[in-house]
Amino acid sequence: MRYESPTTTSEAATLLAGESGEAFVLAGGTDLLVRMKNMMVEPELVVDVKRIPTMRSIEITDDGGFRIGAAVPGVEVGEHEALGRAWPGIVEAAGLIGSDQIQGRCTIVGNVCNASPAADTTPALIAADAQVEIIGPKGQRTIPVAKVATGPGQTSLTKGELVEAILLPPRPANSGDAYLRFTPRTEMDIAVVGAAVSLTLKDGVVSKARVALGAVAPTAIEVEPAAAAIVGSKLDDGALDALVKACRAACKPIDDRRGTIEYRTEVAGVLAKRAALIAFERAGGIQ
Amino acid sequence: MSGVLVTTTINGDAVQFACPEEETLLDALRDRVGLLGVKEGCGTGDCGACSITLDGRLVCSCLVLAAEAEGREVTTVEGLVEGGKLHPLQENFISHAALQCGICTPGFLVAAKSLLDRNPDPTETEIRYALAGNLCRCTGYDKIVRAVQSAAKEMRAAKPA
Amino acid sequence: MKHDNSYTGQDFKVIGTRVKRPDGIDKVTGRARYGADASLPGQLVGRILRSPHAHARIKSIDISKAEALQGVKAVVTADDMPVPQGLPGDLAHMLENSMARGRALYDGHAVAAVAAIDAKTARKALQLIEVDYEPLPHVTDVDAAMQPDAPVIHDWIYTSGVDPKPEKPSNVVQRTEFGLGDIDAGFAEADVVVERSYKTEATHQGYIEPHACLANIRPDGSGELWVTTQGPFVYRNVCAQMLGMDIAKLKVTSSEIGGGFGGKTHVWGEPVALALSRKANRPVKLVMTRDEVFRASGPTSSTSMDIKLGATRDGKLVAARAEMRYGNGAFPGIWGMLSCMTSFACYEIANCKAIGYDVVLNRPKVAAYRAPSAPMAAFGVESAMDELAAAISMDPVEFRLKNASREGGQSHYGPVWGPIGIRATLEAVRDHPHMKAPLGPNQGRGMACGFWFNIGGQTCSDLNVGIDGTVTLTVGTVDVGGSRASLGLIAAEELGIAYEQVSVNIGDTGSLGHNDMTEGSRGTFSSGMAAIFAARNTIEVLRERAAKMWGIPVEDVTWEAGQAVAKGSAHGNLKPLTLKDIAAKSPKTGGPIAGHNEVVADGAGVSFASHICDIEVDPETGATKVLRYTVVQDAGKAIHPDYVEGQFQGGAAQGIGWALNEEYIYGKDGRLQNPGFLDYRMPVCSDLPFIDTKILEIPNPGHPYGVRGVGETSIVPPLAAIGNALSNAVGVRMHHVPMSPPRILKALREAEREAC
Repeated sequence: MRYESPTTTSEAATLLAGESGEAFVLAGGTDLLVRMKNMMVEPELVVDVKRIPTMRSIEITDDGGFRIGAAVPGVEVGEHEALGRAWPGIVEAAGLIGSDQIQGRCTIVGNVCNASPAADTTPALIAADAQVEIIGPKGQRTIPVAKVATGPGQTSLTKGELVEAILLPPRPANSGDAYLRFTPRTEMDIAVVGAAVSLTLKDGVVSKARVALGAVAPTAIEVEPAAAAIVGSKLDDGALDALVKACRAACKPIDDRRGTIEYRTEVAGVLAKRAALIAFERAGGIQ
Repeated sequence: MSGVLVTTTINGDAVQFACPEEETLLDALRDRVGLLGVKEGCGTGDCGACSITLDGRLVCSCLVLAAEAEGREVTTVEGLVEGGKLHPLQENFISHAALQCGICTPGFLVAAKSLLDRNPDPTETEIRYALAGNLCRCTGYDKIVRAVQSAAKEMRAAKPA
Repeated sequence: MKHDNSYTGQDFKVIGTRVKRPDGIDKVTGRARYGADASLPGQLVGRILRSPHAHARIKSIDISKAEALQGVKAVVTADDMPVPQGLPGDLAHMLENSMARGRALYDGHAVAAVAAIDAKTARKALQLIEVDYEPLPHVTDVDAAMQPDAPVIHDWIYTSGVDPKPEKPSNVVQRTEFGLGDIDAGFAEADVVVERSYKTEATHQGYIEPHACLANIRPDGSGELWVTTQGPFVYRNVCAQMLGMDIAKLKVTSSEIGGGFGGKTHVWGEPVALALSRKANRPVKLVMTRDEVFRASGPTSSTSMDIKLGATRDGKLVAARAEMRYGNGAFPGIWGMLSCMTSFACYEIANCKAIGYDVVLNRPKVAAYRAPSAPMAAFGVESAMDELAAAISMDPVEFRLKNASREGGQSHYGPVWGPIGIRATLEAVRDHPHMKAPLGPNQGRGMACGFWFNIGGQTCSDLNVGIDGTVTLTVGTVDVGGSRASLGLIAAEELGIAYEQVSVNIGDTGSLGHNDMTEGSRGTFSSGMAAIFAARNTIEVLRERAAKMWGIPVEDVTWEAGQAVAKGSAHGNLKPLTLKDIAAKSPKTGGPIAGHNEVVADGAGVSFASHICDIEVDPETGATKVLRYTVVQDAGKAIHPDYVEGQFQGGAAQGIGWALNEEYIYGKDGRLQNPGFLDYRMPVCSDLPFIDTKILEIPNPGHPYGVRGVGETSIVPPLAAIGNALSNAVGVRMHHVPMSPPRILKALREAEREAC
């Protein structure tokens, strides 16, 4: 195995593109090193991106959104006050990835690129309509977060491509987001179900909403009917019931060691409802 | 055979070692630097027994490549004793019987110190969540939480705000 | 309850104080050396190749490519570990469990091993070993394994304990039965009968330190083994016999042990490491990965049970029947038998019958886990007890008190009870403020009782006095959780000196006679007893030396408060001689001063506990939160209260994990789905509240200080205490452990449907 720690993204892309064997990007390493330990992968090349300055920072973009570098660890996401005010749901989702030890290493981009259906940040990012900035041999491109994972462990990234950063849009006034997940333990666990809601209010009524679920399908999914169910409402019981039903209808989960189809489907509705209420309250809504 | 030469600072000392590229910092600390206080309970970041700080951030050394430590600062449990004196956390772990078998203790001490460095007056809940990445199978955590509370109190008393 | 001084006839000076443990500094500074922390010159790295099949015939193993890899110094298979002639059957099973012999019997069963110059080479060598498997039908569920059409795992198992003796082999190893009276008559007398079936999934001891050892066999056939174990002497006997060595030629040193809970009473990789070292002629260090620990070591039985209890309307338990089916893993064990013996111990039931079945499965060989077999049986019995109490509208604590076992009563498994604590723990629970604390919505309170025998066994210890008057106590029981401190207190108490004057040393197999394992809560009980007798023998020597120094008859010398005192008017002017005075002169009065003791520590005192638990349930997700937990247990005498509390708390936490989330999950392919700490969900710090404890001290007449074992009983009640609390919180009765959120939510929905 070769270990490289370039200082620019183009160097990183060149290294990845030039490797004929298995090559991996090392950001936090909290998944890659586990897979190496379990002999699930035996990389020929590991490219550590933590020494690339543009990937190590959180910046406020010209349009008032945020750019989170691919190598920014969870703990720094949690410490960024402006980000926490604008996107508390995303910050909470990032904070749920593992223990304090894992937070010292794990990255949002790593979470997205591992393409686990249970990734915590992915539903929150989808609800936020976040994009990823990709660099590769053919230059830069930007795609929605929802387009990164194509199935469990599978991504749409092509050889030599790596994600440089997450882009979050600017936040209008009276907006709020929230992410909730279910785990049997309070910490150190993988989501059995995750639900994210992002919404904006106008005159106290939901004017825009996005709802996304995790761990209920091969990838995290956006549930448009669920969003439609609450738009135009103040989250009255009828709207919430419709949201719950839409979420459950969208679930295509599996039975595995972490949960059953029946359980995931039911709890997806419960968490979406609770997340919607939190997001609504954060947006300044009054039921 | 290929390999990397790593120059790093460990517990304040300049250290140099060579290792294969794929070697974890945990293995290098134990097998090449001789810091056996760093324990392996799982090797997958799920138990916290190998906790260290890397440039001041709490991490599991099993999830860090040794090569990544190049030019960085590492602190292990062996670095907690200062001037031949046990850290208040170490004293309190002993006096509160916060260890039974002791295998998880180095990781708990490093994690607890990291918490108190950031938050000198944590609530019980904050302590419990901050230590959730460290598994203990002997104590039920009761006496560990009490030891951290007591150490925090002593440290606050010793260093008035 | 105060300690009964009239019984021991002494006031304790240091026993019962909370001194600092002597090994604390090494353990908080990272200096303590555990299983993986030793090295020898020229040592190799050992690794084991394990079966990916639940059950398969091993048609062939080709090790030639692995052997040819540069840096590989030895590859072993079962061919390198032949069964020595005359090896007892249980050891032959353990040997086959260490290395598969013709068949892989479970996912994770070792099939070959390598020793190489480094970890990387060893890993590569494992990939070069070619094993040709022929998969065989498998069975991992205990009920399925008992069916007539189940695949029969061993053709040599014919169920014992049944009449007539079966003509065909099956997976049922044995049927055992314990009981009293006539249950048919008993149930006829009952006004109310509760009959329920329960299932519990297998759990792992979950020690944080994986199995690890360093084996060194020399060319002359002698050797040494450094290992994390609960019993170096037993490991020595077992390993030497398995490898055909003389017992005296193998020295075993126990490292500090990073948790065992029963799981380190059993050899796993150690014989393999020794075989590798023998073949490579180099020291070999073998450390299991966590995946290997889960797949190949330790678990408990998975169980299935039918419990039937009958009572009269006025609250008298008149009949009880339990049929309990315990999985043993791939080799026979006694786990179902133990369940029978513990099941009804808390209660006086004139007519009861406990039947146990031990069943082999394509799972790892079951090992002891803290009060082995008792928690599952208690889950069934204590859940049914609550249902029965409700059925006769009686308070569950009062119902248990009314039927609690009592001194002089006949236990269902044999002994007549001596002084026991079940009643006292129940009274303490009844009167505890926890029982009166308010509860909110979706919150419930439950309680349950538990029992464990505790054991004594073979013990040997040495006490040596240094010429400065300090004392070294050497014991052969491993310190699993603070016993050095307790034993130091005992030696100090006996000799009448300060705790700080005593050092406690854990001996290797070369330094003491045989000691049984630290298991069955025997460490402080047995080694404490041997320490008391060794100290008393030392006092005899000290009196003789003092007599010699004074030139007076030894009969005139007594030992009081740490010094020799000359008695009688003729010796009125003699100043007492301290231990230090006598020790200083020892080179000239007869040489080193020492006391020694070998004992079979009989008289272990049974122990009972009653627990109280408050739980909150989220009715929309089935999530649970333990809000408050109280352990009340009889310790006999708490030598070091901190470590007694620690045992109570640790056992309760393990029981809570078992009750709520921990379980071995097998796929249809018979492979373990969750061999790691992420998906085998042991409680983390934020999952638990403080665990309150109340130590009762009802002296055990079998011990000079009244000590009972304290280590195990606390894991017995939590499963049922939580099940009972859950039932009181949301009105559903759980029959399947763990009571995980999906199971709870399912039960809630079923209850709603039934109510419609």
